[in-house]
Amino acid sequence: MGVASYFRQIREAVVTIVDGMAVSASHLIRRPYTIQYPDRLERRVQETLPFRYRGILDVDLEICTGCLACERACPIDCIAMAIEKNAQTREIVISQFDIDIAKCMYCGLCSEPCPTGAIHHTTEFEGSDFSLESLILRFVNEPVVAYKPKKGPEPDPELARMLGAGMRYVDEWAQPAADKPAARSAAPVKPAPSAGPPDAKA
Amino acid sequence: MQAWLDSLIARGDFGARPDAALAYGIAMAIACALVLALIALPFASIVTWVERRVWARIQSRVGPNRVGPQGFLQWLADGVKHVCKEDLAPEEADARLFKLAPWLVALGFFLPWAVMPFSSALILADLNVGILYLTAVTALTVVGVLMAGWASNNKWSLLGGIRSAAQIVSYEIPAGLSILPVVLMSGTLSMEGIIRAQGWAPQSWFLFANPFCVPAATILFISGLAENNRTPFDLPEAESELVAGFATEYTGMRYLLFYMAEWGNMFVSAAIVATLFLGGWRAPALSRSAVAMNTIEFAVFNLKVLTIVFVSMWVRGTLPRVRIDQMMALCWKYFVPIAFVDLLGTAGWVALWPDGNPIASWLLLACAAAGIVLFVRRVAIYARRSRMELRLRPTS
Ligand code: SF4
Ligand code: SF4
Repeated sequence: MGVASYFRQIREAVVTIVDGMAVSASHLIRRPYTIQYPDRLERRVQETLPFRYRGILDVDLEICTGCLACERACPIDCIAMAIEKNAQTREIVISQFDIDIAKCMYCGLCSEPCPTGAIHHTTEFEGSDFSLESLILRFVNEPVVAYKPKKGPEPDPELARMLGAGMRYVDEWAQPAADKPAARSAAPVKPAPSAGPPDAKA
Repeated sequence: MQAWLDSLIARGDFGARPDAALAYGIAMAIACALVLALIALPFASIVTWVERRVWARIQSRVGPNRVGPQGFLQWLADGVKHVCKEDLAPEEADARLFKLAPWLVALGFFLPWAVMPFSSALILADLNVGILYLTAVTALTVVGVLMAGWASNNKWSLLGGIRSAAQIVSYEIPAGLSILPVVLMSGTLSMEGIIRAQGWAPQSWFLFANPFCVPAATILFISGLAENNRTPFDLPEAESELVAGFATEYTGMRYLLFYMAEWGNMFVSAAIVATLFLGGWRAPALSRSAVAMNTIEFAVFNLKVLTIVFVSMWVRGTLPRVRIDQMMALCWKYFVPIAFVDLLGTAGWVALWPDGNPIASWLLLACAAAGIVLFVRRVAIYARRSRMELRLRPTS
Protein backbone atom coordinates (compact mmCIF):
# COMPACT_ATOMS: atom_id res chain seq x y z
CA MET A 1 0.00 0.00 0.00
CA GLY A 2 1.57 3.23 -1.17
CA VAL A 3 1.62 6.41 0.86
CA ALA A 4 -0.75 8.15 -1.53
CA SER A 5 -3.33 5.40 -1.34
CA TYR A 6 -3.01 5.35 2.45
CA PHE A 7 -4.03 8.98 2.68
CA ARG A 8 -6.63 8.58 -0.06
CA GLN A 9 -8.26 5.81 1.96
CA ILE A 10 -8.37 7.98 5.05
CA ARG A 11 -9.93 10.80 3.06
CA GLU A 12 -12.46 8.50 1.47
CA ALA A 13 -13.42 6.98 4.81
CA VAL A 14 -14.00 10.40 6.36
CA VAL A 15 -15.93 11.76 3.39
CA THR A 16 -18.17 8.73 2.96
CA ILE A 17 -18.92 8.41 6.67
CA VAL A 18 -19.79 12.10 6.97
CA ASP A 19 -21.98 11.82 3.89
CA GLY A 20 -23.70 8.75 5.32
CA MET A 21 -24.31 10.61 8.56
CA ALA A 22 -25.91 13.40 6.55
CA VAL A 23 -28.24 10.89 4.89
CA SER A 24 -29.29 9.38 8.20
CA ALA A 25 -29.72 12.85 9.71
CA SER A 26 -32.07 13.72 6.88
CA HIS A 27 -34.08 10.61 7.76
CA LEU A 28 -34.10 11.69 11.39
CA ILE A 29 -36.13 14.77 10.51
CA ARG A 30 -38.57 13.09 8.14
CA ARG A 31 -42.05 11.93 8.97
CA PRO A 32 -41.99 8.26 9.96
CA TYR A 33 -43.66 5.86 7.55
CA THR A 34 -45.13 3.70 10.28
CA ILE A 35 -48.89 3.25 10.29
CA GLN A 36 -49.79 2.80 13.93
CA TYR A 37 -52.48 0.16 13.41
CA PRO A 38 -54.95 -0.32 15.01
CA ASP A 39 -55.57 2.56 17.39
CA ARG A 40 -53.50 5.59 16.42
CA LEU A 41 -54.88 6.34 13.00
CA GLU A 42 -56.73 9.26 11.56
CA ARG A 43 -58.89 6.92 9.47
CA ARG A 44 -59.51 3.22 9.85
CA VAL A 45 -57.22 1.17 7.63
CA GLN A 46 -60.31 -0.39 6.09
CA GLU A 47 -61.29 2.97 4.66
CA THR A 48 -57.93 3.43 3.00
CA LEU A 49 -57.91 0.06 1.24
CA PRO A 50 -58.62 -0.08 -2.50
CA PHE A 51 -62.09 -0.89 -3.78
CA ARG A 52 -60.91 -4.21 -5.18
CA TYR A 53 -59.55 -5.46 -1.86
CA ARG A 54 -60.82 -8.97 -1.12
CA GLY A 55 -61.83 -8.82 2.50
CA ILE A 56 -64.57 -10.60 4.41
CA LEU A 57 -67.64 -11.31 2.24
CA ASP A 58 -70.89 -9.49 2.66
CA VAL A 59 -74.31 -10.22 1.15
CA ASP A 60 -76.96 -7.63 0.38
CA LEU A 61 -79.88 -9.95 0.91
CA GLU A 62 -82.34 -7.40 -0.44
CA ILE A 63 -80.97 -7.79 -3.96
CA CYS A 64 -80.06 -11.48 -3.83
CA THR A 65 -82.05 -13.35 -6.45
CA GLY A 66 -81.58 -16.73 -4.83
CA CYS A 67 -79.98 -18.12 -7.98
CA LEU A 68 -77.45 -20.24 -6.04
CA ALA A 69 -74.72 -19.33 -8.51
CA CYS A 70 -72.40 -18.33 -5.72
CA GLU A 71 -72.94 -21.51 -3.78
CA ARG A 72 -72.12 -23.54 -6.87
CA ALA A 73 -69.11 -21.42 -7.73
CA CYS A 74 -67.40 -21.79 -4.39
CA PRO A 75 -64.67 -24.38 -4.84
CA ILE A 76 -64.56 -25.34 -1.18
CA ASP A 77 -68.24 -25.20 -0.34
CA CYS A 78 -68.17 -22.62 2.34
CA ILE A 79 -71.45 -21.07 1.27
CA ALA A 80 -74.49 -22.94 2.49
CA MET A 81 -77.83 -21.86 1.05
CA ALA A 82 -81.35 -23.18 1.30
CA ILE A 83 -84.18 -21.90 -0.91
CA GLU A 84 -87.80 -22.84 -1.35
CA LYS A 85 -89.97 -22.15 -4.37
CA ASN A 86 -93.49 -21.05 -3.81
CA ALA A 87 -95.40 -22.81 -6.58
CA GLN A 88 -98.31 -20.31 -6.76
CA THR A 89 -96.56 -16.96 -6.55
CA ARG A 90 -93.43 -18.33 -8.19
CA GLU A 91 -91.43 -16.51 -5.53
CA ILE A 92 -88.18 -17.83 -4.19
CA VAL A 93 -87.78 -17.80 -0.43
CA ILE A 94 -84.29 -17.88 0.99
CA SER A 95 -84.28 -19.61 4.33
CA GLN A 96 -80.56 -20.00 4.87
CA PHE A 97 -77.49 -18.15 3.64
CA ASP A 98 -74.36 -18.95 5.63
CA ILE A 99 -70.78 -18.24 4.74
CA ASP A 100 -68.07 -19.92 6.76
CA ILE A 101 -65.40 -17.25 6.70
CA ALA A 102 -63.03 -19.48 8.65
CA LYS A 103 -62.97 -21.77 5.61
CA CYS A 104 -63.21 -19.08 2.96
CA MET A 105 -59.98 -18.43 1.11
CA TYR A 106 -61.04 -15.07 -0.35
CA CYS A 107 -60.65 -16.28 -3.91
CA GLY A 108 -63.55 -14.18 -5.15
CA LEU A 109 -65.03 -16.92 -7.35
CA CYS A 110 -68.43 -16.60 -5.68
CA SER A 111 -68.81 -12.92 -6.46
CA GLU A 112 -68.01 -13.38 -10.14
CA PRO A 113 -71.20 -15.15 -11.29
CA CYS A 114 -73.57 -13.15 -9.07
CA PRO A 115 -76.02 -11.35 -11.40
CA THR A 116 -76.73 -8.44 -9.07
CA GLY A 117 -73.51 -8.09 -7.13
CA ALA A 118 -75.33 -9.08 -3.96
CA ILE A 119 -72.41 -11.13 -2.71
CA HIS A 120 -69.24 -9.07 -2.64
CA HIS A 121 -66.02 -8.57 -0.77
CA THR A 122 -65.67 -5.73 1.68
CA THR A 123 -62.45 -4.12 2.85
CA GLU A 124 -63.04 -5.51 6.34
CA PHE A 125 -60.32 -7.93 7.42
CA GLU A 126 -60.48 -8.00 11.20
CA GLY A 127 -62.03 -11.41 11.66
CA SER A 128 -60.54 -12.75 14.87
CA ASP A 129 -63.07 -14.20 17.23
CA PHE A 130 -63.27 -16.52 20.19
CA SER A 131 -64.98 -19.46 18.54
CA LEU A 132 -65.14 -21.11 15.16
CA GLU A 133 -68.91 -21.06 15.42
CA SER A 134 -69.03 -17.27 15.40
CA LEU A 135 -66.96 -17.25 12.23
CA ILE A 136 -69.94 -18.57 10.30
CA LEU A 137 -71.74 -15.51 9.01
CA ARG A 138 -75.50 -16.08 8.97
CA PHE A 139 -77.20 -13.60 6.72
CA VAL A 140 -80.74 -14.98 7.00
CA ASN A 141 -82.52 -14.74 10.33
CA GLU A 142 -85.98 -15.50 9.06
CA PRO A 143 -86.87 -16.59 5.54
CA VAL A 144 -86.96 -13.74 3.07
CA VAL A 145 -88.34 -13.44 -0.40
CA ALA A 146 -85.64 -13.26 -2.99
CA TYR A 147 -85.26 -10.23 -5.22
CA LYS A 148 -86.84 -10.37 -8.62
CA PRO A 149 -85.20 -8.35 -11.36
CA LYS A 150 -87.57 -5.87 -12.97
CA LYS A 151 -87.85 -5.16 -16.68
CA GLY A 152 -87.29 -1.43 -16.33
CA PRO A 153 -85.36 0.54 -13.76
CA GLU A 154 -85.85 -0.32 -10.10
CA PRO A 155 -88.61 1.85 -8.59
CA ASP A 156 -87.62 1.53 -4.92
CA PRO A 157 -84.84 4.12 -4.39
CA GLU A 158 -83.17 2.15 -1.60
CA LEU A 159 -83.01 -1.02 -3.69
CA ALA A 160 -81.94 1.01 -6.70
CA ARG A 161 -79.02 2.39 -4.76
CA MET A 162 -77.94 -1.08 -3.65
CA LEU A 163 -78.38 -2.46 -7.11
CA GLY A 164 -76.35 0.37 -8.54
CA ALA A 165 -73.52 -0.34 -6.13
CA GLY A 166 -73.78 -4.05 -6.77
CA MET A 167 -73.71 -3.66 -10.53
CA ARG A 168 -70.80 -1.30 -10.29
CA TYR A 169 -69.03 -3.99 -8.29
CA VAL A 170 -69.90 -6.57 -10.90
CA ASP A 171 -68.83 -4.42 -13.82
CA GLU A 172 -65.65 -3.08 -12.38
CA TRP A 173 -64.44 -6.05 -10.51
CA ALA A 174 -66.27 -9.33 -10.71
CA GLN A 175 -67.21 -9.50 -14.38
CA PRO A 176 -65.24 -6.99 -16.37
CA ALA A 177 -66.52 -6.77 -19.93
CA ALA A 178 -63.56 -8.70 -21.31
CA ASP A 179 -64.45 -11.98 -19.61
CA LYS A 180 -68.19 -11.58 -19.22
CA PRO A 181 -69.33 -14.52 -21.36
CA ALA A 182 -67.06 -16.89 -19.49
CA ALA A 183 -68.18 -15.69 -16.11
CA ARG A 184 -71.90 -15.57 -16.95
CA SER A 185 -72.13 -19.29 -17.48
CA ALA A 186 -71.83 -20.22 -13.86
CA ALA A 187 -70.05 -23.44 -14.77
CA PRO A 188 -66.24 -23.70 -14.34
CA VAL A 189 -64.85 -20.30 -15.06
CA LYS A 190 -62.57 -20.32 -18.03
CA PRO A 191 -59.63 -17.96 -17.91
CA ALA A 192 -60.34 -14.86 -19.93
CA PRO A 193 -58.69 -14.90 -23.34
CA SER A 194 -57.34 -11.40 -22.94
CA ALA A 195 -55.73 -11.50 -19.53
CA GLY A 196 -55.74 -7.77 -19.01
CA PRO A 197 -56.21 -6.13 -15.64
CA PRO A 198 -59.75 -6.95 -14.52
CA ASP A 199 -60.91 -3.35 -14.37
CA ALA A 200 -59.63 -2.46 -17.81
CA LYS A 201 -62.78 -2.17 -19.86
CA ALA A 202 -62.50 -3.63 -23.29
CA MET B 1 -17.24 15.63 47.68
CA GLN B 2 -13.91 14.32 48.77
CA ALA B 3 -12.67 17.89 49.11
CA TRP B 4 -15.64 18.72 51.33
CA LEU B 5 -15.00 15.74 53.57
CA ASP B 6 -11.32 16.65 53.68
CA SER B 7 -12.19 20.16 54.77
CA LEU B 8 -14.43 18.76 57.51
CA ILE B 9 -11.52 16.74 58.76
CA ALA B 10 -9.23 19.74 58.55
CA ARG B 11 -11.75 21.81 60.58
CA GLY B 12 -11.69 19.10 63.15
CA ASP B 13 -15.36 18.13 62.82
CA PHE B 14 -14.40 14.52 62.94
CA GLY B 15 -12.11 15.31 65.85
CA ALA B 16 -9.42 12.92 66.81
CA ARG B 17 -11.95 10.22 67.39
CA PRO B 18 -10.67 6.85 66.25
CA ASP B 19 -13.79 6.24 64.14
CA ALA B 20 -13.12 9.28 61.92
CA ALA B 21 -11.71 7.10 59.17
CA LEU B 22 -14.75 4.82 59.41
CA ALA B 23 -17.13 7.78 59.15
CA TYR B 24 -15.16 9.03 56.19
CA GLY B 25 -15.39 5.66 54.50
CA ILE B 26 -19.11 5.36 55.14
CA ALA B 27 -19.75 8.87 53.84
CA MET B 28 -17.84 8.11 50.65
CA ALA B 29 -19.72 4.85 50.21
CA ILE B 30 -23.07 6.60 50.58
CA ALA B 31 -22.01 9.28 48.12
CA CYS B 32 -20.92 6.62 45.64
CA ALA B 33 -24.21 4.79 46.02
CA LEU B 34 -26.10 8.04 45.47
CA VAL B 35 -24.21 8.82 42.27
CA LEU B 36 -24.81 5.30 41.00
CA ALA B 37 -28.47 5.30 41.95
CA LEU B 38 -29.29 8.82 40.80
CA ILE B 39 -27.19 9.15 37.66
CA ALA B 40 -25.52 5.97 36.44
CA LEU B 41 -28.43 3.53 36.62
CA PRO B 42 -31.18 5.86 35.39
CA PHE B 43 -28.94 6.94 32.55
CA ALA B 44 -28.10 3.38 31.58
CA SER B 45 -31.77 2.44 31.53
CA ILE B 46 -33.37 5.51 30.02
CA VAL B 47 -30.77 5.74 27.29
CA THR B 48 -32.08 2.45 25.90
CA TRP B 49 -35.42 4.08 25.22
CA VAL B 50 -33.81 7.22 23.79
CA GLU B 51 -31.59 5.19 21.52
CA ARG B 52 -34.45 3.08 20.25
CA ARG B 53 -36.43 6.20 19.45
CA VAL B 54 -33.47 7.79 17.67
CA TRP B 55 -32.77 4.71 15.58
CA ALA B 56 -36.43 4.39 14.77
CA ARG B 57 -36.55 7.89 13.36
CA ILE B 58 -33.37 7.27 11.38
CA GLN B 59 -35.09 4.23 9.88
CA SER B 60 -38.34 6.19 9.31
CA ARG B 61 -40.12 4.29 12.06
CA VAL B 62 -41.70 5.53 15.26
CA GLY B 63 -40.10 3.31 17.88
CA PRO B 64 -41.44 2.25 21.26
CA ASN B 65 -44.17 4.75 22.17
CA ARG B 66 -46.77 2.73 24.05
CA VAL B 67 -45.56 2.31 27.63
CA GLY B 68 -46.16 5.60 29.40
CA PRO B 69 -46.04 9.00 27.71
CA GLN B 70 -44.28 8.57 24.37
CA GLY B 71 -43.08 5.17 25.57
CA PHE B 72 -40.90 6.75 28.21
CA LEU B 73 -41.45 3.92 30.68
CA GLN B 74 -40.33 1.28 28.20
CA TRP B 75 -37.02 0.88 30.03
CA LEU B 76 -38.88 0.12 33.25
CA ALA B 77 -41.00 -2.53 31.56
CA ASP B 78 -37.92 -4.12 29.99
CA GLY B 79 -36.06 -4.06 33.30
CA VAL B 80 -38.92 -5.63 35.25
CA LYS B 81 -39.27 -8.28 32.57
CA HIS B 82 -35.60 -9.19 32.80
CA VAL B 83 -35.60 -9.30 36.58
CA CYS B 84 -38.58 -11.65 36.54
CA LYS B 85 -36.87 -14.16 34.27
CA GLU B 86 -35.35 -17.32 35.61
CA ASP B 87 -31.64 -17.20 36.39
CA LEU B 88 -30.22 -20.16 34.48
CA ALA B 89 -26.72 -21.55 34.37
CA PRO B 90 -25.96 -24.21 31.76
CA GLU B 91 -25.21 -27.63 33.19
CA GLU B 92 -21.76 -27.87 31.62
CA ALA B 93 -20.81 -24.30 32.48
CA ASP B 94 -18.29 -23.38 35.12
CA ALA B 95 -21.01 -22.14 37.42
CA ARG B 96 -18.92 -20.03 39.74
CA LEU B 97 -17.14 -18.07 37.04
CA PHE B 98 -20.34 -17.93 35.02
CA LYS B 99 -22.13 -16.20 37.86
CA LEU B 100 -19.23 -13.93 38.72
CA ALA B 101 -18.59 -12.59 35.22
CA PRO B 102 -21.51 -10.14 34.90
CA TRP B 103 -20.59 -8.58 38.22
CA LEU B 104 -17.05 -7.93 37.01
CA VAL B 105 -18.45 -6.25 33.94
CA ALA B 106 -20.77 -4.22 36.14
CA LEU B 107 -17.79 -3.31 38.32
CA GLY B 108 -16.00 -2.01 35.25
CA PHE B 109 -19.06 0.15 34.70
CA PHE B 110 -19.43 1.35 38.31
CA LEU B 111 -15.82 2.24 39.10
CA PRO B 112 -15.34 5.06 36.55
CA TRP B 113 -18.10 7.07 38.22
CA ALA B 114 -15.76 7.75 41.15
CA VAL B 115 -13.80 10.23 39.07
CA MET B 116 -16.65 11.56 36.94
CA PRO B 117 -16.28 15.37 37.07
CA PHE B 118 -19.90 16.56 37.08
CA SER B 119 -19.00 20.06 38.23
CA SER B 120 -16.27 21.89 40.09
CA ALA B 121 -17.45 20.45 43.41
CA LEU B 122 -19.45 17.39 42.35
CA ILE B 123 -16.75 14.81 41.95
CA LEU B 124 -16.49 11.86 44.28
CA ALA B 125 -12.72 11.63 44.29
CA ASP B 126 -10.51 13.99 42.35
CA LEU B 127 -7.64 11.53 42.01
CA ASN B 128 -4.39 13.03 40.82
CA VAL B 129 -4.17 10.12 38.37
CA GLY B 130 -7.84 10.39 37.42
CA ILE B 131 -7.61 9.76 33.69
CA LEU B 132 -5.14 6.93 34.17
CA TYR B 133 -7.52 5.38 36.70
CA LEU B 134 -10.33 5.68 34.17
CA THR B 135 -8.48 3.87 31.40
CA ALA B 136 -7.47 1.21 33.90
CA VAL B 137 -10.88 0.43 35.36
CA THR B 138 -12.80 0.58 32.10
CA ALA B 139 -10.52 -2.19 30.85
CA LEU B 140 -11.79 -4.34 33.72
CA THR B 141 -14.74 -5.15 31.49
CA VAL B 142 -12.41 -7.30 29.41
CA VAL B 143 -11.89 -9.71 32.29
CA GLY B 144 -15.59 -10.10 32.84
CA VAL B 145 -16.36 -10.56 29.17
CA LEU B 146 -13.61 -13.10 28.64
CA MET B 147 -14.70 -14.91 31.79
CA ALA B 148 -18.30 -15.00 30.59
CA GLY B 149 -17.20 -16.34 27.23
CA TRP B 150 -15.05 -19.04 28.74
CA ALA B 151 -17.34 -20.11 31.57
CA SER B 152 -20.43 -20.43 29.36
CA ASN B 153 -18.92 -23.49 27.71
CA ASN B 154 -20.41 -22.50 24.40
CA LYS B 155 -18.47 -21.81 21.25
CA TRP B 156 -20.39 -18.67 20.38
CA SER B 157 -19.78 -17.28 23.83
CA LEU B 158 -16.11 -18.15 23.66
CA LEU B 159 -15.66 -16.58 20.22
CA GLY B 160 -17.54 -13.50 21.36
CA GLY B 161 -15.45 -13.23 24.49
CA ILE B 162 -12.20 -13.59 22.61
CA ARG B 163 -13.23 -11.10 19.98
CA SER B 164 -14.25 -8.66 22.65
CA ALA B 165 -10.99 -9.06 24.51
CA ALA B 166 -8.94 -8.59 21.34
CA GLN B 167 -10.97 -5.55 20.44
CA ILE B 168 -10.87 -3.85 23.81
CA VAL B 169 -7.18 -4.49 24.34
CA SER B 170 -6.30 -3.26 20.83
CA TYR B 171 -8.34 -0.11 21.07
CA GLU B 172 -6.93 0.75 24.48
CA ILE B 173 -3.71 1.68 22.68
CA PRO B 174 -4.99 4.42 20.34
CA ALA B 175 -7.31 5.59 23.13
CA GLY B 176 -4.39 5.89 25.55
CA LEU B 177 -2.25 7.58 22.94
CA SER B 178 -4.92 10.17 22.21
CA ILE B 179 -5.28 10.97 25.88
CA LEU B 180 -1.59 11.84 26.09
CA PRO B 181 -1.70 15.06 24.00
CA VAL B 182 -4.16 16.50 26.51
CA VAL B 183 -1.94 15.46 29.37
CA LEU B 184 0.97 17.17 27.59
CA MET B 185 -0.98 20.40 27.27
CA SER B 186 -2.53 20.49 30.71
CA GLY B 187 0.37 18.98 32.62
CA THR B 188 -1.93 16.98 34.89
CA LEU B 189 -3.73 13.64 35.00
CA SER B 190 -6.49 14.80 37.31
CA MET B 191 -9.91 15.15 35.69
CA GLU B 192 -10.62 18.46 37.42
CA GLY B 193 -7.14 19.71 36.59
CA ILE B 194 -7.60 18.96 32.90
CA ILE B 195 -10.94 20.75 32.88
CA ARG B 196 -9.54 23.75 34.73
CA ALA B 197 -6.78 24.02 32.11
CA GLN B 198 -9.52 24.74 29.52
CA GLY B 199 -11.94 27.62 29.31
CA TRP B 200 -15.71 27.71 28.83
CA ALA B 201 -15.51 29.17 25.32
CA PRO B 202 -14.96 26.76 22.44
CA GLN B 203 -11.72 28.35 21.27
CA SER B 204 -10.14 27.57 24.62
CA TRP B 205 -11.13 23.90 24.52
CA PHE B 206 -8.37 21.42 23.94
CA LEU B 207 -10.22 20.25 20.84
CA PHE B 208 -9.10 23.42 19.07
CA ALA B 209 -5.78 23.88 20.87
CA ASN B 210 -3.80 22.67 17.90
CA PRO B 211 -4.46 20.90 14.61
CA PHE B 212 -3.47 17.53 16.05
CA CYS B 213 -6.23 17.54 18.63
CA VAL B 214 -9.17 17.09 16.27
CA PRO B 215 -7.92 13.70 14.98
CA ALA B 216 -6.94 12.75 18.52
CA ALA B 217 -10.46 13.49 19.78
CA THR B 218 -11.96 11.57 16.86
CA ILE B 219 -9.77 8.57 17.58
CA LEU B 220 -10.69 8.71 21.25
CA PHE B 221 -14.39 8.82 20.40
CA ILE B 222 -14.19 5.93 17.93
CA SER B 223 -12.07 3.87 20.29
CA GLY B 224 -14.73 4.49 22.91
CA LEU B 225 -17.31 3.00 20.54
CA ALA B 226 -15.07 0.00 19.97
CA GLU B 227 -14.38 -0.54 23.65
CA ASN B 228 -18.10 -0.50 24.43
CA ASN B 229 -18.76 -3.03 21.66
CA ARG B 230 -21.04 -0.61 19.90
CA THR B 231 -21.94 -0.67 16.24
CA PRO B 232 -20.00 -0.53 13.92
CA PHE B 233 -17.72 -2.49 16.25
CA ASP B 234 -20.27 -4.83 17.81
CA LEU B 235 -18.51 -7.96 16.56
CA PRO B 236 -18.53 -9.66 19.96
CA GLU B 237 -22.34 -9.75 19.85
CA ALA B 238 -22.77 -9.98 16.10
CA GLU B 239 -26.14 -11.68 16.17
CA SER B 240 -25.89 -12.96 12.62
CA GLU B 241 -22.72 -14.89 13.46
CA LEU B 242 -22.56 -15.39 17.20
CA VAL B 243 -26.18 -15.27 18.42
CA ALA B 244 -25.42 -12.88 21.28
CA GLY B 245 -21.69 -13.45 21.72
CA PHE B 246 -20.52 -13.75 25.28
CA ALA B 247 -24.04 -13.14 26.57
CA THR B 248 -25.58 -16.07 24.69
CA GLU B 249 -26.07 -18.30 27.73
CA TYR B 250 -27.14 -15.57 30.11
CA THR B 251 -30.67 -14.90 31.23
CA GLY B 252 -32.56 -12.46 33.35
CA MET B 253 -30.69 -10.20 35.72
CA ARG B 254 -27.21 -11.27 34.64
CA TYR B 255 -27.99 -10.63 31.01
CA LEU B 256 -29.33 -7.25 32.04
CA LEU B 257 -26.07 -6.43 33.83
CA PHE B 258 -24.06 -6.92 30.63
CA TYR B 259 -26.31 -4.64 28.68
CA MET B 260 -26.60 -2.10 31.44
CA ALA B 261 -22.82 -1.87 31.49
CA GLU B 262 -22.71 -1.56 27.74
CA TRP B 263 -25.27 1.22 27.57
CA GLY B 264 -23.93 2.95 30.64
CA ASN B 265 -20.39 2.91 29.32
CA MET B 266 -21.60 5.16 26.54
CA PHE B 267 -21.90 7.86 29.15
CA VAL B 268 -18.45 7.08 30.54
CA SER B 269 -16.64 7.22 27.23
CA ALA B 270 -18.57 10.31 26.17
CA ALA B 271 -17.63 11.92 29.47
CA ILE B 272 -13.96 11.18 28.82
CA VAL B 273 -14.14 12.93 25.45
CA ALA B 274 -16.07 15.85 26.93
CA THR B 275 -13.61 16.22 29.78
CA LEU B 276 -10.46 15.97 27.73
CA PHE B 277 -11.40 17.91 24.63
CA LEU B 278 -14.65 19.83 25.15
CA GLY B 279 -13.92 21.70 28.34
CA GLY B 280 -15.90 19.44 30.68
CA TRP B 281 -18.15 21.40 33.01
CA ARG B 282 -16.58 24.77 32.23
CA ALA B 283 -19.29 27.42 32.15
CA PRO B 284 -19.17 31.22 32.13
CA ALA B 285 -19.33 32.70 35.63
CA LEU B 286 -22.99 33.66 35.59
CA SER B 287 -23.64 33.54 39.28
CA ARG B 288 -21.81 34.13 42.48
CA SER B 289 -23.52 31.47 44.50
CA ALA B 290 -21.59 28.22 44.54
CA VAL B 291 -24.77 26.14 44.43
CA ALA B 292 -26.11 27.92 41.34
CA MET B 293 -22.73 27.76 39.65
CA ASN B 294 -22.44 24.05 40.31
CA THR B 295 -25.90 23.49 38.92
CA ILE B 296 -24.99 25.34 35.73
CA GLU B 297 -21.76 23.40 35.46
CA PHE B 298 -23.60 20.12 36.00
CA ALA B 299 -26.01 21.03 33.22
CA VAL B 300 -23.22 22.07 30.86
CA PHE B 301 -21.29 18.88 31.46
CA ASN B 302 -24.34 16.70 30.92
CA LEU B 303 -25.29 18.62 27.80
CA LYS B 304 -21.89 17.97 26.28
CA VAL B 305 -21.91 14.32 27.28
CA LEU B 306 -25.42 13.71 26.00
CA THR B 307 -24.56 15.38 22.70
CA ILE B 308 -21.70 12.95 22.24
CA VAL B 309 -23.95 10.06 23.28
CA PHE B 310 -26.44 11.21 20.66
CA VAL B 311 -23.71 11.21 18.01
CA SER B 312 -22.79 7.66 18.93
CA MET B 313 -26.45 6.61 18.57
CA TRP B 314 -26.50 8.34 15.22
CA VAL B 315 -23.35 6.49 14.14
CA ARG B 316 -24.98 3.27 15.23
CA GLY B 317 -27.98 4.04 13.10
CA THR B 318 -25.81 4.84 10.10
CA LEU B 319 -22.89 2.47 9.75
CA PRO B 320 -23.02 -1.27 9.18
CA ARG B 321 -20.88 -3.62 11.21
CA VAL B 322 -17.24 -3.89 10.08
CA ARG B 323 -15.47 -7.16 9.49
CA ILE B 324 -13.03 -8.32 12.14
CA ASP B 325 -9.95 -7.88 9.94
CA GLN B 326 -11.15 -4.41 8.97
CA MET B 327 -11.56 -3.56 12.60
CA MET B 328 -8.05 -4.68 13.44
CA ALA B 329 -6.61 -2.95 10.36
CA LEU B 330 -8.38 0.24 11.38
CA CYS B 331 -6.83 0.08 14.81
CA TRP B 332 -3.28 -0.93 13.99
CA LYS B 333 -2.73 0.56 10.55
CA TYR B 334 -4.58 3.82 10.96
CA PHE B 335 -5.39 4.77 14.53
CA VAL B 336 -2.14 3.84 16.21
CA PRO B 337 0.16 5.67 13.72
CA ILE B 338 -2.13 8.71 13.59
CA ALA B 339 -2.31 8.82 17.37
CA PHE B 340 1.49 8.73 17.50
CA VAL B 341 1.71 11.60 15.03
CA ASP B 342 -0.81 13.53 17.15
CA LEU B 343 1.28 12.94 20.23
CA LEU B 344 4.53 14.06 18.60
CA GLY B 345 2.85 17.00 16.90
CA THR B 346 1.32 18.17 20.14
CA ALA B 347 4.66 17.80 21.88
CA GLY B 348 6.27 20.02 19.21
CA TRP B 349 3.41 22.49 19.46
CA VAL B 350 3.68 22.73 23.22
CA ALA B 351 7.43 23.25 22.86
CA LEU B 352 6.84 26.12 20.43
CA TRP B 353 3.87 27.73 22.18
CA PRO B 354 3.77 26.59 25.79
CA ASP B 355 0.73 28.76 26.52
CA GLY B 356 -1.17 27.82 23.41
CA ASN B 357 -1.63 29.71 20.17
CA PRO B 358 -4.90 31.68 20.13
CA ILE B 359 -4.73 32.40 16.39
CA ALA B 360 -4.54 28.71 15.56
CA SER B 361 -7.42 28.02 17.96
CA TRP B 362 -9.63 30.64 16.36
CA LEU B 363 -8.76 29.34 12.89
CA LEU B 364 -9.59 25.77 13.89
CA LEU B 365 -12.84 26.91 15.48
CA ALA B 366 -13.73 28.77 12.29
CA CYS B 367 -12.98 25.64 10.24
CA ALA B 368 -15.15 23.55 12.54
CA ALA B 369 -18.01 26.04 12.31
CA ALA B 370 -17.72 26.09 8.51
CA GLY B 371 -17.71 22.29 8.50
CA ILE B 372 -20.89 22.20 10.57
CA VAL B 373 -22.61 24.69 8.26
CA LEU B 374 -21.62 22.62 5.20
CA PHE B 375 -22.86 19.48 6.91
CA VAL B 376 -26.23 21.03 7.74
CA ARG B 377 -26.59 22.14 4.13
CA ARG B 378 -25.82 18.62 2.99
CA VAL B 379 -28.53 17.28 5.32
CA ALA B 380 -30.94 19.85 3.90
CA ILE B 381 -30.09 18.73 0.36
CA TYR B 382 -30.83 15.10 1.22
CA ALA B 383 -34.02 16.03 3.02
CA ARG B 384 -35.21 18.05 0.02
CA ARG B 385 -34.26 15.35 -2.46
CA SER B 386 -36.39 12.77 -0.67
CA ARG B 387 -39.49 15.03 -1.09
CA MET B 388 -40.86 13.58 2.14
CA GLU B 389 -42.79 15.66 4.57
CA LEU B 390 -40.38 16.85 7.26
CA ARG B 391 -41.18 16.51 10.90
CA LEU B 392 -38.71 18.03 13.31
CA ARG B 393 -40.69 17.12 16.42
CA PRO B 394 -38.82 14.31 18.17
CA THR B 395 -42.12 12.88 19.42
CA SER B 396 -44.14 11.63 16.51
S1 SF4 C 1 -64.37 -16.21 -1.78
FE1 SF4 C 1 -63.94 -18.19 -2.67
S2 SF4 C 1 -63.79 -19.53 -0.91
FE2 SF4 C 1 -64.77 -17.69 -0.18
S3 SF4 C 1 -66.92 -18.10 -0.34
FE3 SF4 C 1 -66.33 -17.10 -2.23
S4 SF4 C 1 -65.85 -18.77 -3.64
FE4 SF4 C 1 -65.89 -19.63 -1.58
S1 SF4 D 1 -75.04 -15.46 -6.83
FE1 SF4 D 1 -75.76 -13.53 -5.99
S2 SF4 D 1 -77.91 -13.51 -6.45
FE2 SF4 D 1 -77.28 -15.63 -6.74
S3 SF4 D 1 -77.64 -16.59 -4.77
FE3 SF4 D 1 -75.55 -15.87 -4.71
S4 SF4 D 1 -75.72 -13.84 -3.80
FE4 SF4 D 1 -77.76 -14.39 -4.41
